[in-house]
Amino acid sequence: MPELGRAALLVTLGLSTYALVAGAYAAHVGRRRLARSAQNALVAAFASTAVAAAVLVAALLRNDFSFEYVARTTSRALPTAYTLSAFWGGQEGSLLLWLLILTGFGAAAVTVNRAWARDLIVWVVPVFAAVATFFAFLLVAVASPFTTQAAPADGAGMTPSLQNPYMLAHPPLLYLGYVGLTVPFAFAMGALLSGKLDERWLIATRRWTLFAWAALGVGQLLGSHWAYVEVGWGGYYAWDPVENAALMPWLAATAFLHSVMIQEKRGMLKVWNVLLVILAFSLALFGTFLTRSGVVNSIHSFTQSSIGPWFLGFIAVSVAVSLAIVFWRLPRLRSPTKLESAVSREAAFLYNNLLLLALCLAILWGVVYPMLSEAVRGEAVVLGRSYYDFFLRAFGLPLLLLMGIGPLVAWRRASLRSLATTFRWPTVVALATGAVLLVLGAGSSTPGLVAYTFSAFVLTTIVMEFARGTRARKALGAPSWLGAFTSLITRNRRRYGGYVVHAAVVLFAIGVAGSSAFDSVAEAKLAQGESMRIGDYTLLYRSLDERETSNATQIRATLDVRRGNRDLGTLEAGKNAYTIEQQVSNEVGIRSDKLTGEDLFVIAEQIDPDGSVYFRVFVKPLVNLIWLAGLVFLLGSVITLWPDRREQRRLVARATTVGLPATR
Amino acid sequence: MTLALVFAATLAVACVVVVALPFIREPEPESDSLDDLDEDEIRRLELLETRDRALGALKELEFDHRTGTVSDDDYRAQVGVLRRDVASALQALERDVEEGRPVDGRN
Repeated sequence: MPELGRAALLVTLGLSTYALVAGAYAAHVGRRRLARSAQNALVAAFASTAVAAAVLVAALLRNDFSFEYVARTTSRALPTAYTLSAFWGGQEGSLLLWLLILTGFGAAAVTVNRAWARDLIVWVVPVFAAVATFFAFLLVAVASPFTTQAAPADGAGMTPSLQNPYMLAHPPLLYLGYVGLTVPFAFAMGALLSGKLDERWLIATRRWTLFAWAALGVGQLLGSHWAYVEVGWGGYYAWDPVENAALMPWLAATAFLHSVMIQEKRGMLKVWNVLLVILAFSLALFGTFLTRSGVVNSIHSFTQSSIGPWFLGFIAVSVAVSLAIVFWRLPRLRSPTKLESAVSREAAFLYNNLLLLALCLAILWGVVYPMLSEAVRGEAVVLGRSYYDFFLRAFGLPLLLLMGIGPLVAWRRASLRSLATTFRWPTVVALATGAVLLVLGAGSSTPGLVAYTFSAFVLTTIVMEFARGTRARKALGAPSWLGAFTSLITRNRRRYGGYVVHAAVVLFAIGVAGSSAFDSVAEAKLAQGESMRIGDYTLLYRSLDERETSNATQIRATLDVRRGNRDLGTLEAGKNAYTIEQQVSNEVGIRSDKLTGEDLFVIAEQIDPDGSVYFRVFVKPLVNLIWLAGLVFLLGSVITLWPDRREQRRLVARATTVGLPATR
Repeated sequence: MTLALVFAATLAVACVVVVALPFIREPEPESDSLDDLDEDEIRRLELLETRDRALGALKELEFDHRTGTVSDDDYRAQVGVLRRDVASALQALERDVEEGRPVDGRN
């Protein structure tokens, strides 16, 4: 059924073009039915894209190798789950997923908000439609997943490292995040174009932004865990351009989520917020461009890529047009209030924003520089790990500290006397933690020690905020301590959910500092029966086994692990040789200590025909806190995303007073 | 191939119907102009936002003072300003109502 897929995409292109042209015209001249018709076109575009997606899924499940895409990304031996994941494993499929999510989000955001923000929505529709038109055009004219061929007997298969359960969730989550950032962008542009610059565009997009940001965050952590357990180089983040592609929009969205609170509470930073939304959206597009254009491998593969130049052109046009619209509306974006003091919560948020943006731009430069150097000098000069680590420390450590400072500083202004009182306990705990760690020998890494000290400061702040808030709620009449705690969170989900997210960032920082600043590594070539030591671990290489699975030959070295005198059981590390794909992957052995969060990480680097194996072994203290941070991050995100009935009632009352329909 | 084309044609027709629905439902409406907020409604919306922002800030200050995050001195320095903000926002809204600026309550 490739014809149906192609026709469905053509229909999507027609609908999104109609929504763009008719929607913009209707908004400009004020035609109600035409505007509604454009909104319907956006909803219908989702339906037709869903049909196209269903055709591709069916082709994948039927191993229909007459579809070039299916033959290129799957094989008959591939397990069904990975066959499905091939939907987003290749360029054309992932573009189709982009379009599917985009039209779905567009249809949902427009439908949910069209009653109470209808004057905004008429302009939001053409913005959504413009982005959808671009992706639909790419899929119809440049990179169609429905190109056919004479079907080969079998497909080329999937890259072995992608044959991992994490690949079922990691890419779709990243796409949810990337595409989700289109929602605040479309509403911001809609607000600017319509001139309706009241708070509604912020309210309409708050949860969408949070959702996109949370999906990007969780997606990145899953990707890191995938790299850790599957790629087999001993780390979880390599500052690879494709990894950075997801980190940059996440940082920009994080900055926006903080600065938008200043606009909501103080009416300030309107221009800044719009610029952050544009930046986050542009970086999401840039991230897709990076992963899909081939530019990461070489500037030459970019020029040969079918979609690269189109993407770059679209990014340039969307940035230029967005900035022109902001410039046009600058007089309407002036804030009625000003920053009253450099020592206030809004000032702390502003410092946080500047640091996040600085880190984001430093990473962007690190990603772009090799491409520019290759384009100008003919040689790609890659900025290595030390470049990124420097900026992570320079901007990341003050950011960590600010997470603790911000909640303790009052809005508008705070006196130094007040600060001395509120900072007393966090400072004492932080300094005591630093001193104890120094005595225990953690002084070998200054950044690591500083990270732990700052983490102690932030954690104390968070605990104090929850404890004092719960006590206050109890004093205000909550029937029990648990009731007080629950009411504290439910009455201000954003604030206390935000603290939970901060706790996740602290856990993450502790995990990163522990596993990167205080890790150890040992290497040895062992014959069966020989052993090696790392720290207080002893590893005895016992045996080598080979076994066949449906799509690979697995070779595993078994090691007996002891720590001191304690037997910790066995660990397997080895390689998988994939028959169809003709590729070999490292399959690492990991033993996690649930109590300390430490990992013993074994790579069988080289397996010789005589059965001897070259092992590389790492001990990574506290690394499991990174994955725990992911769960805490998810919890915090759910708390902040959960619908707030009080706020809903307030918004409905406000809308009713003005005369807008009281529905959202 | 034929079945695919039938499906594709059905999809295209269904989409055209959905897009044309506003015109099919209302072939000759009394008014086809966008139901936009007028200047008065926008101003009132902004006044309501100012009121809610001021009330929210006052509520947060009270709570932060109760928890001890905001000291007595800082509380005293700010509470008066915020109360004045709330009062002026409420007065502006009242004036708006007294001056009889219409809110049409359309749905």
